[in-house]
Amino acid sequence: MVLKVFFPSCCSSAESGILIGRWISEQNSAVILAVVHFPFIPVQVKQYLSEVQRVSKVSVSVLGSWSNSKQEKEENLTEFLEDLGTIFSHEPWIQISKEGDSKFWSCSTLQKHSNDPKEEEIILIYYDQRKVMLSHLHPPLDTSTSADPKAEDASKLSAIFDTVAKSKILFMTDRYDDGPIKLTHWQSDGVEASIIVELMKQASVPACMLLTFLLSLISGVCRSRVLKFWPLSFLWSKLSTCEQLGHRLQHLQVISSNRKAQNQTQLMRKANIFVSLLIDVALGILLMSWLYRKNRIGHLADTLIPVADHVAEELQDLLQWLMGAPAGLKMNRALDQVLGRFFLYHIHLWISYIHLMSPFIEMILWYVGLSACLGLTVALCILSDIIALLTFHIYCFYVYGARLYCLKIYGLSSLWRLFRGKKWNVLRQRVDSCSYDLDQLFIGTLLFTILLFLLPTTALYYLVFTLLRLLVVIVQGLIHLLVDLIDSLPLYSIILRLCRSYRLA
Amino acid sequence: EERPFRSASGAALALRRRQHSASCRELAVRCPHLQLRSLSAATSAVWLAAYGLFVLTENSVVLSAAIFITLFGLIIYLHFVKIDQESLLVIGSLGIQVTSSYASGKESTTFIEMSQVKDVVINEAIHMQKVIYYLCILLQDPGDPQGVSEVVPLFQSSKPRLDCLIEVYKSCQEILAQRKTAPQSS
Repeated sequence: MVLKVFFPSCCSSAESGILIGRWISEQNSAVILAVVHFPFIPVQVKQYLSEVQRVSKVSVSVLGSWSNSKQEKEENLTEFLEDLGTIFSHEPWIQISKEGDSKFWSCSTLQKHSNDPKEEEIILIYYDQRKVMLSHLHPPLDTSTSADPKAEDASKLSAIFDTVAKSKILFMTDRYDDGPIKLTHWQSDGVEASIIVELMKQASVPACMLLTFLLSLISGVCRSRVLKFWPLSFLWSKLSTCEQLGHRLQHLQVISSNRKAQNQTQLMRKANIFVSLLIDVALGILLMSWLYRKNRIGHLADTLIPVADHVAEELQDLLQWLMGAPAGLKMNRALDQVLGRFFLYHIHLWISYIHLMSPFIEMILWYVGLSACLGLTVALCILSDIIALLTFHIYCFYVYGARLYCLKIYGLSSLWRLFRGKKWNVLRQRVDSCSYDLDQLFIGTLLFTILLFLLPTTALYYLVFTLLRLLVVIVQGLIHLLVDLIDSLPLYSIILRLCRSYRLA
Repeated sequence: EERPFRSASGAALALRRRQHSASCRELAVRCPHLQLRSLSAATSAVWLAAYGLFVLTENSVVLSAAIFITLFGLIIYLHFVKIDQESLLVIGSLGIQVTSSYASGKESTTFIEMSQVKDVVINEAIHMQKVIYYLCILLQDPGDPQGVSEVVPLFQSSKPRLDCLIEVYKSCQEILAQRKTAPQSS
C-alpha cells in the first residue's frame, strides 16, 4: 500500500535531526509534527514524548530521520541515522534527506520486520502547519466510543487535521529554549503571540466577573415586584424598547458567563453575539455624535410638532371628504355626520394634547437620544415607539372602526338567520330552525334592514382606517426588521469566511 | 504531452497529460483564449448604443458611463466567468483535486477524498437539440454502500467531446483500479 508522509513546510529548512509525529496505521500515513535536533539524549526524548502524549492524548512517537546537509553527503551520517532506527524502534523508519541546494528530496523507508522486501510507493505531502492547526474540520468520530460500523467511513483526512490541532502543547517549546530537547516547528522562530491578545485574555477573566455581578444586580432590579403591577407591566410589554433591552441583557449574560464554550457552535455563537454587540454600540455612538452636533436634536424637536399638526390636518381633510360623498358613493347622512364628528373631536383632543407637550419635547428627546449609546438597535426601537405614540390616534380610530364593523357584521349575521327562520344553537354549535313570534320577526326584520343599509358607511370608515393603520404597521415593521437583522446577523462568521476561510470548515 | 481536441461547440481545446508517478496523474484541459473579434464586437456594440443615447439626450455622462461599464464588465468577465484551464489531479489513495483557473489568474480548487469517491464515469445528457457527453465523479453515500449521494460534473466550461473524455476516463480508471487491488496486498 502507498505510504503517505505529511511534512510541515516550516521544517524544510531545518537542520538535521529526527522526526517526531503520529503514525496512523489504518491509513498507512505518518503525520510529522516537528524535528528534534542533535545533540539529544534518547532517554530524555522518550520521556518528553510520553509527557506530551499524556497531556495531549495524541500518540506521538519518533518516526524517522531528517538530514539536511549543506555540504556533500557524508557517508557516516547516513549510517548514524540508520543506527538511530535501532534505538527508537518504529516500523517503518522513514528517512528523508535533502541535499544542499537541490530541489529534490529523497525519501525512503526501512522495514526491518516485514517478510517481503518490496519497493513501496511513498507520497510526500507538504502542509502548512499553522493553517492546518487552525482549521476546524469536523471532528473525527471517536472509534472507541461509537460502535457502529459507519465510524470507519469518517473522513480520513480529518484525522490528520485533528492530530495537528491537538498537538498544540508540542508547539510551545522551540529550539531557543534551554531544555534538553531542541525542536523545530512552525513556531520555532520564536513563539508567535500578540501582546494585545494575551493582555485581553488576562483582562477578560476579571472583566467577565464584574460584568456578571452587574448583570445580576440589574436583572434583580428588573424582576422586583414594584415593576410588576398591572399598568406598568402592560406598558413594558407593549414598548419594544424594553423587549430589545431585555434581549440584549440576555446576550450579555451569555457572553459574560464563566464557563468556556463547550463546542464549536457555542464558541461561534458567543463570538457572533460579541461582535454584534460591539458593532451595535459603535453605530449607536456614531449616531449619537451625529445627532448632537449642530443642535440637530433641537431641529428635530422643532419639526416634530408641525409634522404632527400636518398629519392631524390631513386626517381632518380625510374625514371631511368621507362625510361628503367620497368617490361618488352616497353615504347615509346621519350616521356619516355622527361618526365624522366623533372622530373630528378625537383629533381635536389629540392636537391639544400634543400642544400641551410641546415645550417638553426637546428635553425629552435630548435625554432619550442619550440612550442611543446603548446601541443602534435601542435607538431604532425608541424611534419605533415614538412613531407608535405619535400615531396613537390612528390606532384608536382603527379600533373604533373595527369594533363598529365587527358589531354590525355580528348583528347582521344573527338577524339574517332570523330573517330565514333559523337560530344559532350555542349548545350544539350549529344552526337550527326556530319558530319566532310575529312581533319578534317584525322587529328583527326592521333592524336587519337598518343595519344592512348602514353597512356601506361603516365598511368605508373601517376600510379607510384599516389602511392607515396598515401603513403605520408597515413602517414599524420595517424598523423592527432592521433591528432583528442587526441582532441576528452572524458578522463574526461572515468576516471569518472572507478573511480566514481555513478556520471554518 | 499535449494533444488537440474539440469542444462540444467546435472550439479548439488542448489536453495535457502528465504522469508524476505510478499513482499520480494530472490531466489539464486548456480552453480557447478570449477572441479578439468577440471582444471588439462587444465593445463596439456597447459604445454604439452609448453614442446613440448621447445623440438623443445630449448628456456626455452617458459616454463616460459606457466606458466604465465596458472596463468593469471586462474585469468581472475575466475574473469570474472566463475559465482558462481546467485540470484534474488524481492521486491514488489520497484523493482527486479539481482546479479551474480563470483568465485573471484566480484559481478555485475542490478536493474530494478517495474514500468518498465511488467511481468516475462518462454520462450522456440531452441539452437542447444535442446529446452531449460529460465526465463526472460519483460520490459515495455514507449510509448506503451501493448508493450514490452526489454527482460532481467535471470540465463544465470547456465541454470536451467524447474522444477527449475517453482519454481522461482511461487515465482515471487506471489509478482508481489500483485502490481495489491495494487493500489485498499488505
